[in-house]
Amino acid sequence: MSVRLALFGGIYNNYLALEAALEAAKALGVDEYYCLGDIGAFGPFPNRSFPLLYENQVHCIQGNYDDSIGNQLDNCQCGYTDPRDNYFAQISYDYTLENTNADNQKFLQSLEKEHVLEIEEQRILLCHGSPRKTNEFLWESTTPLHFLDIFFHQREVDCIAGTHTGIKWHANTSLGQFVNVGVLGRPENDSTTNVWFTTLDISRDGIQHNFHPVVYDYDRLSREMQMEGLPDEFIETIQTGRWTTCLEVLPQKERQRLNH
Amino acid sequence: MTSESTTARVTLSHLDELWFQVTGTRCNLTCNHCFISCSPHNNSFGFLSRTEIQKSLEESRQLGVKGYYFTGGEPFLHPEMVEILEDTLKIGPATVLTNATVLKDEWLQRLQQAQSKSRYSLEFRVSIDGFDAETNDPIRGEGTFARAIRGVKKLVHTGFLPIITATRTWKDSEDSSMLSGFLSMLKQQGYSQPRIKLLPTLKLGAEQNRSGGYTDQQRVTGEMLQDYDRSQLVCEHSRIVTTRGVHVCPILIESPDALLSNDLATAAQKPYTLGHGACFTCYQYGAICSNISTGSGPSGASA
Ligand code: SF4
Ligand code: SF4
Repeated sequence: MSVRLALFGGIYNNYLALEAALEAAKALGVDEYYCLGDIGAFGPFPNRSFPLLYENQVHCIQGNYDDSIGNQLDNCQCGYTDPRDNYFAQISYDYTLENTNADNQKFLQSLEKEHVLEIEEQRILLCHGSPRKTNEFLWESTTPLHFLDIFFHQREVDCIAGTHTGIKWHANTSLGQFVNVGVLGRPENDSTTNVWFTTLDISRDGIQHNFHPVVYDYDRLSREMQMEGLPDEFIETIQTGRWTTCLEVLPQKERQRLNH
Repeated sequence: MTSESTTARVTLSHLDELWFQVTGTRCNLTCNHCFISCSPHNNSFGFLSRTEIQKSLEESRQLGVKGYYFTGGEPFLHPEMVEILEDTLKIGPATVLTNATVLKDEWLQRLQQAQSKSRYSLEFRVSIDGFDAETNDPIRGEGTFARAIRGVKKLVHTGFLPIITATRTWKDSEDSSMLSGFLSMLKQQGYSQPRIKLLPTLKLGAEQNRSGGYTDQQRVTGEMLQDYDRSQLVCEHSRIVTTRGVHVCPILIESPDALLSNDLATAAQKPYTLGHGACFTCYQYGAICSNISTGSGPSGASA
């Protein structure tokens, strides 16, 4: 017996990518769908992702953005410290808060911050940033394996899945495996326009992860972002696959790899 | 008498950052704002040996340390600095705080190789205190601007993206004009996507003589810590190793009460009561010593 899960990272209002990812996941024969949080941000028409999540019974974890929108806080709690990054983050936050309807806000408020699954004798912890902090950035190049082992030890799980950084990665440590599932909301700063989701195949023998690229109608998304008056810098990212904001949180290696 | 509730006691939540004062108080420069008064002749703290550091690195794995930080003085005065960073990159990410005036191409090439073999990042934080010699050199010394810029170019040339840190020796309101001055200067020097971090000064060491120390009122109290996000304070998630032992944070190494133990695990267990003026600066500015660029926290030993 093997169970296949689809794990979606931040959606950031990119309902077109979510639609494409759901279709791709269905074609892969996925048994259950999960979203690891940050349903809003960045893109247009915040209410459009929700019907897709409800209809397909996507089980959602609360990200920092969802906590902020659900509780109508002043900002997104993304954890940026650069003034320019914060300036742009605030534009998308104010837009998303204003345009998310009351029912959807209530839904966001009701979400749990983490979820532990027990499937085929494997224990899997789903969270947004890290098991200890919703908005912690766990980058591949700044997260030692012995640091992750503290979580595997404390939480007695075999696998931890998170998102938040926007760039997927996977590591086996001596006590378990960690997977950052990537995001659907915007491309990975690798000069390609596609986005990513992850599947886990879970059996008694172990957990196998796979990353899947998602191609979607980014021209349409760009047009809609323009219509909604969202910043040109965001549209440029969708069009070129290169980040124009939120760069200051990137560590040396991720930044260097992507030639910034 | 201060009651327990008004004592500003901070307990370590997790040892995220392990610092090494690798070259003690020895520096090739004598900046007039250096908060531990480093100089070519200040030997009050000595050099840590590679073996001592290896021992701490090993110990740190059990404690689940998230990142390693190297400061001085000037770390690259250490004859084995390259090897020490190579050792570190085998187990986790490393950040080195340098004045960039003594860097050699050959070292940087070796370090770039070590980084590409490792899964982890090596970050350089380079201290420059003005975007031209006229503003930088009066603080850091004659000719230091040109030498530091040469160092930055070497780093960029070998593929590193140094974080330029500038101590705020100007008024807070001038931040944005200083920032754009730095940006255009660095771009002109060929660093196309510069990372910059502004830091407030700490009124300790040489800086105390420059601008005056803290008043008695500038202290953190227990009340002030209520509802305050303590993770903003370095002592909530860090410790530093020097030749004297393990201290609460990189800022207070000269205060006897900040020396917690000889051993990392014990020092990690010990809470600390914030009793110094410098704690007041941390409290005000927060997020000190982290790598995220252009944040507004005070520097560690600023190299
Ligand atoms: S100087 Fe800052 S980091 Fe050090 S003990 Fe005081 S508050 Fe903590
Ligand atoms: S501030 Fe840095 S470069 Fe200047 S004397 Fe102190 S340690 Fe040396």
